[in-house]
Amino acid sequence: MSISREQVINIASLARIAIEKVDIGSYQGAMSDILDFVGHLDAADTTDIEPMAHPLDLVQRLREDVVGEENRRDDFQAIAPETEQGLYLVPRVIE
Amino acid sequence: MSDPSLIELVAGLAAGHYSSEELVGDRLQRIERAQPQLNTFTSVMPERALDAARAADQARAKGSRSPLLGLPIAHKDIFCTRDVRTSCGSRMLEAFVPPYDAAVVERLTAAGAVTLAKTNMDEFAMGSSNENSYFGDVKNPWDVTRVPGGSSGGSAAAVAAGLVPAATGTDTGGSIRQPAAFCGISGIKPTYGRVSRWGMVAFASSLDQGGVFARSAADCALMLESMAGFDRRDSTSVDRPVPRYGEALERPLKGLRIGLPRPYFGEGVNDVIRARIDSAVALYRDLGCTIQEVDLPHSELAVAAYYVVALAECSSNLSRFDGVRYGHRCKNPASLEDLYERSRSEGFGDEVVRRILVGTYALSAGYYDAYYLQAQKVRRLIAGDFEQAFEEVDLLLSPTTPTTAFSLGEKSQDPVSMYLSDVFTVAVSLAGLPAMSIPVGLDAGLPIGMQLIAPHFAETRLLNAAHAFQLASDWHLQRPEAFS
Repeated sequence: MSISREQVINIASLARIAIEKVDIGSYQGAMSDILDFVGHLDAADTTDIEPMAHPLDLVQRLREDVVGEENRRDDFQAIAPETEQGLYLVPRVIE
Repeated sequence: MSDPSLIELVAGLAAGHYSSEELVGDRLQRIERAQPQLNTFTSVMPERALDAARAADQARAKGSRSPLLGLPIAHKDIFCTRDVRTSCGSRMLEAFVPPYDAAVVERLTAAGAVTLAKTNMDEFAMGSSNENSYFGDVKNPWDVTRVPGGSSGGSAAAVAAGLVPAATGTDTGGSIRQPAAFCGISGIKPTYGRVSRWGMVAFASSLDQGGVFARSAADCALMLESMAGFDRRDSTSVDRPVPRYGEALERPLKGLRIGLPRPYFGEGVNDVIRARIDSAVALYRDLGCTIQEVDLPHSELAVAAYYVVALAECSSNLSRFDGVRYGHRCKNPASLEDLYERSRSEGFGDEVVRRILVGTYALSAGYYDAYYLQAQKVRRLIAGDFEQAFEEVDLLLSPTTPTTAFSLGEKSQDPVSMYLSDVFTVAVSLAGLPAMSIPVGLDAGLPIGMQLIAPHFAETRLLNAAHAFQLASDWHLQRPEAFS
């Protein structure tokens, strides 16, 4: 196994995904298989090779700093799980 | 009504042999009959489609000649459709009804196309078999015990079964080409940046590209002309004019230099596939093309580099699904943390969770250099291989997949063996090149796909070469018996 149960729990917590205790082992197995498989990338000689983040040589386009879109807050809030007076509701964070 | 191509339907509508309303009505009936067997769709919109078809007929009566006027199509359920549920094959978006259309949907609608349905897909486009959909497996119309390929499996199966003459798809690592091969149809993944990603649910943003499935290269050309083009709302959309792909289809191929990448003809390719590809190569030679072998020295690293890059980007992209603004929210969250964690764990299926976890790991402190950065460096080596090959040849040709469609369940328990079914398609995606798959034969009744790969923005050449093959052969006209 390339990674431990503790690592799976830690990664799941970083990714904000709840994992049932009984499933940890199967995620550990699958993740280890995948990481073992991609492990042979190590063997490639990449000395002096620039990382490639993107397939095309693009530069970020700029535009005038003016309003380009209409405000559709009501439309977007209509599909939210819970809103009130234009605000998204979540459980209380500060007591 | 038999099963005409998109181009024949354009002519049939223009000549008044049938109305769009009749055509759409006929295809809706086919959809209704086939859906229980194939499960190709996540939503069907009969009333909307018939309204749009009647409007198209009226527009035609008033003189409109929009290129796709009144033609029935389907969209992969990854493209946002205003007021129509866009599920992305996920429980997370089971109830998501976008308040806007994706750019691809806007453009095709503006060109006159009528949307009949949204197609089933692997959840968030993650999969190669369409077994990862929350809405159930899609079946291959050539053999319903087999997979249609993925992730755009519903679109490919729908076109193969004659339910629609064309359907949109997306390709991140092969999700158009592999299902096109498995379902015996034509599919094109354009150059990265050619088709707007605006309104297309993101999986791996440096790889995702919209494209199309149809019966032939000529039909793909017609669709792509309306889909492609600059869109300022997509920050990686490329501002270049869209050629008239259809006008260049009949160019003679004499003198075209075709390269056969050695690593794509090695062990693991089934003998019948190899034989069918060999006869396709012979046909190109007869058409006056020159054939030579080429090297892609870093090919064996492609699948690993692809999965690291794709999974890292997926973990980042899918962090937006937090149960707050849209998408699934768990019941009675005890805290904000609980809200995030349970909403995501309930909303995402197994493969999506696996990919997010591996991607999170590859981006985490201490592992970033070893995995993500190294994969990005290998990505440059792979892109460089193609650049070098295209100094010697104009087009590359290979099998699309090492095998024909595998059985449902055959690989679903083993992610790595599933990933390896993408071995001939992922390198192209890393390099952002345009590529297509067209049918070149059958093995035991299952379609075989040939992949053609071109330099950036050479879609015209790709479609031209595919069309020349289809003029000289009839594999693209073969239909699955149960749906012909």
